[in-house]
Amino acid sequence: MKTAAVASPDVAEFALRMGDTCLILGHRNAEWCGHAPALEEDIALANTALDLIGQTQLWLGLTAEAEGKGRTADDLAYLRDSSGYRNLLMVEQPNGDFGRTVMRQFLFDAWHLPMLKALAGSKDRRIAEIAEKASKEVTYHLERSSDLVVRLGDGNGESHARMQAALDFLWPYTGEMFLSDAVDEALALAGIAPAPGSLRPAWNEKVARTLADATLKAPESSYAQKGGRSGVHSEHLGLILAEMQFLQRAYPGANW
Amino acid sequence: MYAQMVKTDAARVRSLDEMEPVERAFQERIDAGQKIEPKEWMPEGYRKTLIRQVSQHAHSEIVGQLPEGNWIGRAPTLERKAILLAKVQDEAGHGLYLYSAAETLGISRDEMYEQLHSGKAKYSSIFNYPTLTWADIGAIGWLVDGAAIMNQVPLQRCSYGPYARAMVRICKEESFHQRQGFDILTVLCNGTPEQKAMAQDALDRWWWPSLMMFGPSDDASVHSAQSMAWKIKQNSNDELRQKFVDQTVPQAKFLGLTVPDPELKWNEEKGGYDFGEPDWAEFFEVIAGNGPCNRERLEARRKAWHDGAWFRDGLAAHAQKRQARKAPYAVAAE
Ligand SMILES: [Fe+2]
Ligand SMILES: [Fe+2]
Ligand SMILES: [Fe+2]
Repeated sequence: MKTAAVASPDVAEFALRMGDTCLILGHRNAEWCGHAPALEEDIALANTALDLIGQTQLWLGLTAEAEGKGRTADDLAYLRDSSGYRNLLMVEQPNGDFGRTVMRQFLFDAWHLPMLKALAGSKDRRIAEIAEKASKEVTYHLERSSDLVVRLGDGNGESHARMQAALDFLWPYTGEMFLSDAVDEALALAGIAPAPGSLRPAWNEKVARTLADATLKAPESSYAQKGGRSGVHSEHLGLILAEMQFLQRAYPGANW
Repeated sequence: MYAQMVKTDAARVRSLDEMEPVERAFQERIDAGQKIEPKEWMPEGYRKTLIRQVSQHAHSEIVGQLPEGNWIGRAPTLERKAILLAKVQDEAGHGLYLYSAAETLGISRDEMYEQLHSGKAKYSSIFNYPTLTWADIGAIGWLVDGAAIMNQVPLQRCSYGPYARAMVRICKEESFHQRQGFDILTVLCNGTPEQKAMAQDALDRWWWPSLMMFGPSDDASVHSAQSMAWKIKQNSNDELRQKFVDQTVPQAKFLGLTVPDPELKWNEEKGGYDFGEPDWAEFFEVIAGNGPCNRERLEARRKAWHDGAWFRDGLAAHAQKRQARKAPYAVAAE
């Protein structure tokens, strides 16, 4: 039995956060198309981007359904300004060198997989189904990104230095993944999504083990950049949207 | 084509009677439609020509990622973004199959890259044109992948086994590429007047460069004759161009677009279209490095290679460390 058409603002908001994060990271990864350091990486990163765009379609589709305002996933992606976006700040940061892109993917995947595994048990069947499908893809993303972090961290002097610099740069953006607000609390209480803080131990464990193998050192500081959840982004998101939304904005209402 | 004007080192095509026994046996196997495999004897000219042709084809796939990659960030819907990403990823995959096929001929991928970056090896002229609007993404799929299919379908039967097999895998994906391009244009042509104008403009700019992809007429070329004798080329450039025009013109009509050729006319007698001559002076300028995007394309590839050196070196260093760590066990096990 389907209980569609019942507006559920918390579910809509949650799916928006997931969808926006997948979309912006997918967009960033796709910037490497044709420019990666090796052909195999070009293919693998495009594949990751493709998975993330596919997941975006599912999450934003769920937002559209749960908010019940007659908008589509494309409306949500292409017709919101940055203040309406709910992605993590980490994924909108510029790619930097390939090491930073790899490190970001790893820090994200190490959160994304436990999140999806928890969501697979969601009381909202639609969320559980998306999570089920996505976690197969993300299992592979994490295998690949953690493997690359180890090989590059424990590579030569330059690759080690670059990976450490990437880690230092990205570290302040990791805390946002575990912050909780009223939406999260309500969803956790209803058994629809895990409390963000509950994902911390699994993330800490995976990151600590991987960084040890990579001979990298996590920064001491626990200061967390935040604002993605409330639509207060870095300057970079506006430029991503200016690019991404160009056709929809320049030719309003056209079909593509 | 993706491999244009490939030289063979031949002064003329020799007859069977003029050949040494080993070469004669080789040619007879080709004449009988047998495949040549990597470890087998082959004339040096055959090997060199194939390296030129296959690597040029591989480079075209890789450089070809750039004009289309230019629009992934601006793809107008989530679905179009996913489809374009998948398409560009396929092209990188084609590059991988083709580099692997070329490697069986005794050249490394790094050497081939070196030849691309130094300008010694060429890639298809078509990828030196800019993608200025979303309609260009449609036009590339429809025309450029369409022209590639014309060339690659017969190459599935080429005499060199690894190249023929790479073509079989590639051709499966190319038809999806062409369809997605045609679909983009179908939507634009049924859209707003601005969108339709965008589609017409794309056809105006991509039509002639697409016809040039097949290369100038090679009916008098000794290289083509030799390549055909070796069955690494099956049709003349003019034959393929004619087939392409005959297939594409009705599709343009279906879209409601005008092919920008005043000489285009159905010729009942030959059962095909008569059409104008591409501007070969432009073609040779593009081949010589003076196309609108030659410098950008090559620079992008060089930069990717140069900026990625630390990454490749780091992975190699790690692999060595791992090997060194394993080594004591390997010795102990002996
Ligand atoms: Fe291709
Ligand atoms: Fe191709
Ligand atoms: Fe293609």
